[in-house]
Amino acid sequence: MSTPLLRIEGLTKAYPGVVANDHVSFDIGEGEVHALLGENGAGKSTLVKMIYGLVKPDSGRMLLRGEPYAPPEPRAARADGIAMVFQHFSLFEALNVAENIALGMENPPPLRDLADDIRRVSETYGLPLDPYRVVGDLSAGERQRVEIVRCLLQDPKLLIMDEPTSVLTPQEVQILFETLRKLKAEGTSILYISHKLEEIRALCDHATILRLGKNVGECDPRETSARDMAEMMVGAVLKTPERAGRELGEVALDVSGLSVKSPSEFGTSLKNLHMEVRKGEVLGIGGVAGNGQDELLAVLSGEILTDASAVKLHGRPVGRMGPGVRRGLGLLTAPEERLGHAAAPDMSLTENALLTGAVREKLVSNGFLRWGDTRAFAQRIIEAFDVRTPGPENAARSLSGGNLQKFVIGREVLQRPEVLVVNQPTWGVDAAAAAAIRQAILDLAAEGAAVVCISQDLDELMEISDRFAALNEGRLSAPRPTAGLTVDEIGLMMGGAHGMEVAHV
Amino acid sequence: MDLSAINPVLLVASLMVAATPLLLASIGELVVEKSGVLNLGVEGMMITGAISGFAVAVETGSPTLGFVAAAAGGALLSLLFALLTQVALANQVASGLSLTLFGLGLSALMGQGYVGVKPPPTPKLDIPVLTDLPVVGRILFGHDLMLYVGVAIVALVWAVLKFTRAGLILRAVGENHHAAHALGYKVVRIRTLAILFGGACAGLGGAYISLVRVPQWTEGMTAGVGWIALALVVFASWKPWRVLLGAYLFGGITVLQLNLQAAGVAIPVEYLAMSPYIVTILVLVILSADKSSAPASLGRTFHASH
Repeated sequence: MSTPLLRIEGLTKAYPGVVANDHVSFDIGEGEVHALLGENGAGKSTLVKMIYGLVKPDSGRMLLRGEPYAPPEPRAARADGIAMVFQHFSLFEALNVAENIALGMENPPPLRDLADDIRRVSETYGLPLDPYRVVGDLSAGERQRVEIVRCLLQDPKLLIMDEPTSVLTPQEVQILFETLRKLKAEGTSILYISHKLEEIRALCDHATILRLGKNVGECDPRETSARDMAEMMVGAVLKTPERAGRELGEVALDVSGLSVKSPSEFGTSLKNLHMEVRKGEVLGIGGVAGNGQDELLAVLSGEILTDASAVKLHGRPVGRMGPGVRRGLGLLTAPEERLGHAAAPDMSLTENALLTGAVREKLVSNGFLRWGDTRAFAQRIIEAFDVRTPGPENAARSLSGGNLQKFVIGREVLQRPEVLVVNQPTWGVDAAAAAAIRQAILDLAAEGAAVVCISQDLDELMEISDRFAALNEGRLSAPRPTAGLTVDEIGLMMGGAHGMEVAHV
Repeated sequence: MDLSAINPVLLVASLMVAATPLLLASIGELVVEKSGVLNLGVEGMMITGAISGFAVAVETGSPTLGFVAAAAGGALLSLLFALLTQVALANQVASGLSLTLFGLGLSALMGQGYVGVKPPPTPKLDIPVLTDLPVVGRILFGHDLMLYVGVAIVALVWAVLKFTRAGLILRAVGENHHAAHALGYKVVRIRTLAILFGGACAGLGGAYISLVRVPQWTEGMTAGVGWIALALVVFASWKPWRVLLGAYLFGGITVLQLNLQAAGVAIPVEYLAMSPYIVTILVLVILSADKSSAPASLGRTFHASH
């Protein structure tokens, strides 16, 4: 075998209290699409940060084309042809596309020339972009295009992609894959980080699996089943959520003729929404982020008030009622944003349990807080949902994303809701925790609650929902039974490929 | 009441002098805030600059050296703020407030021997022909050099922020320090430089009061200009030319209301005295109705590992 593009030998990095990477070794070949698989906290991010020069390893070494490679900073990594598309934290919302891209380059040409380059590259690879638009106005998918074009302009030898498909429609994913295959054909190596196993099976040549900072195995994803890879990742046998056959009861939540203007400047207004959810039913609502999901959740939770009869709970108009009253009536919601919306980051889990549980769990009497009961409630959530934390007095911020997600979902589920609305219940959550959350939602429906699950993870919606509808630019498609729905039909319901086309180099 | 006693040419000329300390302090703070740091110590840095500049000008007899020392004094004090907030990761609001208190005390101590001393005069520009032009000559070409330096700094800050890579990086750091760090920019270093620039500008503004506007030293003589500078940056929506407009507006109404008081206008003095604040705030609030907003990382502590 020829010299690999990048060889990683025994990389180790420890942070106080945790070893993020423990003697990790693998090779990335020239023109290879290499998958890096692992749960949250398995050390994937730390590893790629070391490759990109953001973090220095404690020990171990890297060889780039056989030469020792130890980038002191990202600039050096970029100079050596290594580019990275980040999952978070890498765009400047108040700056325009061209300025954002210029910031990621060593010697950017004058802005006008750069704008031409951006147009040329983005059209070649089927990722249309207007260089002068402000990034704050772009959708999540468009923002990702900015990141990718930024990398492509530097003619990278190794492109690192951290969870790139979490915000895309199936069609957009297909186009991204075409782009990546084109890059591969041009000899670019790609390090692809994901926990979506089917994608890795479709795209990657080789996979390295990390668990708790250690390299626990390698495989050829084209010949390994998704289930086997998932079990290597988790280190245990996975349970698939079970869907008990259940009887649908009467209509619990009825939304009709709902039109609402978005309260935020960059939001999407809801236009003439109709939906009915029956007792015992899970309605899945798909769609690309930014098509009205946040507004829909806010309307159902009571954060945005509407006409009284636009939202009915058990036939009773609740459109003018605020969140507290709706909670009392049994309509509970769990928003997407964990830190800041679903939970107050700097408050303890006990305090967070109180924030939504006060009404239904009777944690307040005569204006005084019942701390004992509240702590017991928080403890009950922690035990029932296997939230990994030293105790309920810890701040919400200190929990990992997946653990906090289990807490905020569990907090609502344990309040015995009659209607539960969740937005992105398993976003950024690892496979085992996601399975547990989905099972909890299904169990809740089996007990007769109506559930509305807003999500961008189509596999999840197919797995748990009885009927599926898609939000597109604030309009909701007619719900259809999930059984027998194909990916193409879903894509059409979601409004197609949003102006993307297949690369034609 | 005799409004004809107010000479419009003198009025405009003196409003420019009255506005310059505010202008210098504000443009410095604008750069600091654009980098994502909120330094509430402007008042302290101004007064420290005022006494540093005054003392050095008196000892050496050179106002130029005085201004250099004022910039150095302000920058030195801001270095303390940079150490606290960028290295020790202290809270920016608390550090800024204590910087003001510290600066006021330190300047009183340094100024012990200088009360009642007269500084060397700062020479005024005198260009043959141009300065002798009627009306515009006195307004545009008859000031001391520092006033022009102030306007030049505004133009320079505007151009650097808008057209250069350095300016782009500075704005990027203020918008999203995590992203800037991820791209390999030295957030702490860039912010420290911005803080030093802000300190130097505040120092110059202070010295302009003690060497040109008032020419003498009294304790606490900046009298709140630093706080107005902080407010001005916000009301000007972090735009350099609006800072200039706001400073001149504020200076203009301050001078005008003093003139009106002297002319004996039948408006209570209290109303006249509050008018500069009210008018400046009103105008800038109306101007800031557009969607421009604060740098997104303003006032947040940056720690590389998060």
